[in-house]
Amino acid sequence: MRPVIIIGAGIAGLSAAIALAEQGQKSVLVSTMPSERAQSVMAEGGINAALDTKGQGDSPEEHFRDTIRSGCGLSNPTAVRALTEGAPALVRALAALGVPFHRTRTGEIDLRYFGGQKKQRTAFAQSSTGKQITAALIQEARKWEGRGLISRRPRHMLVELTVDGQERCTGCILLEETTKALEPLAGPVLLASGGLNGLFGKTTGTTQNTGAATAAAFAAGAACANLEMIQYHPTTTPISGKRALISEAARGEGGRLFVLRGGARWYYMEERYPELGNLMPRDVVARETEQACRETGQKTAFLDMSGVSETAFAEKLSDLRQFCLEFLKLDPVQQPIPVYPGIHYFMGGLYVDAAHRTTLRQLYAAGECACQYHGANRLGGNSLLGAAFGGRRAARTILEEGAHDAELPADGTALQQTLAAMEKRKERCSCAAAQKRLAEIMNGCMGIRRSEERLAEGAEALTSLLLLLGRGRDSRVSGAEQLLLERRILLARAMVESARSRRESRGAHWRIDYPQRDDARCQKTAVVRLRGGKTELNWDAIPEEGVPWSIS
Amino acid sequence: MVYQLKILRGTGNVRFWQTFDSPCTCADSVARALEELNERTVLRDSAGQEAEPIAWECACLEKKCGACAMVIGGTPRLACATRLCEAADKGGCITLEPLKKFRRIRDLQVDRGEMFTALQEMELWLENDAELVEEERRALHYRAASCLMCGLCLEVCPNFSPGRTFAGAAAAAAAYRAFEPSAAGAHRETLRTQYRKRFFNDCAKSLACQDICPAQVPVEQLLVKTNAAAIWRRREKKHGAR
Repeated sequence: MRPVIIIGAGIAGLSAAIALAEQGQKSVLVSTMPSERAQSVMAEGGINAALDTKGQGDSPEEHFRDTIRSGCGLSNPTAVRALTEGAPALVRALAALGVPFHRTRTGEIDLRYFGGQKKQRTAFAQSSTGKQITAALIQEARKWEGRGLISRRPRHMLVELTVDGQERCTGCILLEETTKALEPLAGPVLLASGGLNGLFGKTTGTTQNTGAATAAAFAAGAACANLEMIQYHPTTTPISGKRALISEAARGEGGRLFVLRGGARWYYMEERYPELGNLMPRDVVARETEQACRETGQKTAFLDMSGVSETAFAEKLSDLRQFCLEFLKLDPVQQPIPVYPGIHYFMGGLYVDAAHRTTLRQLYAAGECACQYHGANRLGGNSLLGAAFGGRRAARTILEEGAHDAELPADGTALQQTLAAMEKRKERCSCAAAQKRLAEIMNGCMGIRRSEERLAEGAEALTSLLLLLGRGRDSRVSGAEQLLLERRILLARAMVESARSRRESRGAHWRIDYPQRDDARCQKTAVVRLRGGKTELNWDAIPEEGVPWSIS
Repeated sequence: MVYQLKILRGTGNVRFWQTFDSPCTCADSVARALEELNERTVLRDSAGQEAEPIAWECACLEKKCGACAMVIGGTPRLACATRLCEAADKGGCITLEPLKKFRRIRDLQVDRGEMFTALQEMELWLENDAELVEEERRALHYRAASCLMCGLCLEVCPNFSPGRTFAGAAAAAAAYRAFEPSAAGAHRETLRTQYRKRFFNDCAKSLACQDICPAQVPVEQLLVKTNAAAIWRRREKKHGAR
């Protein structure tokens, strides 16, 4: 088999490349920046695994149930079963690669409480778990690079997937960022390109997670699923130019949410949810925080960490404290942190089956860009797990399937024609302005509270934006980059259409005009495809656990 | 105060200064001010001339990824973690230059590829399982792995020049992690040889790297441990060994 092309060098991409290398299979890691700059390094609180080192009788079965419950019935149970059963061994394997997980006094991997789970199940390294896992995987990948099994293509981005007449992905066309040269590359493709943050301008994630790779796959005919399921993290805080994450670990270690009501502190989560309190699933906390602020006329909620011990700060949250001191100029030991919900994670994305196959043959997806594990709401601690596990699982599928298909070279003719046509456009346009408008529209209609009215307006505005951009050419960017922006707008419109179609409230999707959950009609996967420039939406039944099922 | 960004621009042998007025305020970061320039439909410099968007790198914008390292007001720093008021001169002018120790790609963008190549050539990886049960070692591993590979340590290092053998503090941090007690045999020997050749022989211990490090990697502490293992051949006791 030709080297597997992996788009994205974060935890999912690295995990896949390493798993392939372990079996002697070559891969090419394509990324705009080195792995050290991947959004994976920003994941903070930890990684879930029912290691049961705290004597609470935890089990993969309970982890499975919590994940399914938190996902509000939209997750693929076969995939979640494999994920939760594979988690303990995976976390131990990461420790063996040098991840300095916090340990108990007896030397076991320590676990912390995280939202939506009654057992301590989240392994962690202070509140920089993503950074530490990424660093260990980079080190491991370096070994395989040294042995010639992994090669890197830094400063490259995916522009187009090449697909033959049998809906089979034959490779891709990459753009070299400095020279703007287009480079075709043949082979099976694994997308590990992260979330769709860039459709919303700035989120808690990186500026590199533009959603362009998913948009390219969508344009090539791959289906996306549950795009409306966007996690608003309950505790994000404004810093210069963006909202930054305050880890759920802050609440896991004893942080408490309040709003000011008549000058006094109202601990709304503890009052409304006496059992799990501040550690309800993220969709619930985000919604309650928005409501509490709305009811009291406050612009922000606060996170009170005065009850967290000095030891916990020193051993488990030192980096969080450092961040607050530097970026917020406040010490969380003494002052509450201003927080408000902000976009953090995309549960929806490329539609994949339990083996991480997309609807196009020889195209696979893993990590945040794929949709299957997290349903309507992701548990904290399951994203690092989903990325590391999913990357490895996808690698296994590629190895199993790899030999069956004949190899076909990637063909860039169609792209060349598209780009040539773009150069003939007479009008001048601004991609920077269009990007800004895209973010405005998306933030306007895809907020925590959604309604038909706002969504319909949003869809219409995106159509207009697309028309406007489609008439012009911005000479300040390459044709490929403008094309990707146009495709991202198409993807954004599919997301809005998906949200319009889901006429119910479930998990992260809150429709003020349809406040009830409607299992009869909507406990299904919302699948969108692009057909002749139009979004086509279908409802797929949630597959039964263990029943062989294929999405294509 | 009205801020101005004075940026050293160009590619290849072409170099020129260009100044831009910024609407950003004191508490805004240099990264934010750069973003604002590139968000404009038409970018004009202070003299009203139309200008190309500015090439620079950023990803996380909160000091977790190391992408936005550059020379700000004469000091190598991360643009996301530098406020305008901290970097401006009395007139509100902030000079921005690319890191000087690396090949310039365009404007503020440089190629830090050789940092990564050095780690590869030094074979800084594990051949056997890590054993990080013991607390002090685990804590040091954590801090060594916090390295952002931003290049600021090399920018200020008196011993580092591009294209030479000496790989600098970033490589030393990665070397500490590779020198696990479990490292053995031929690989351990390679690690020793490489560490001596690419780091130990040429480090004059200025520790400017430690002072500048945005991730606060404790370089000196790591060197003591790695020197012991690599140069003085003291093998750390495995956890539980007596």
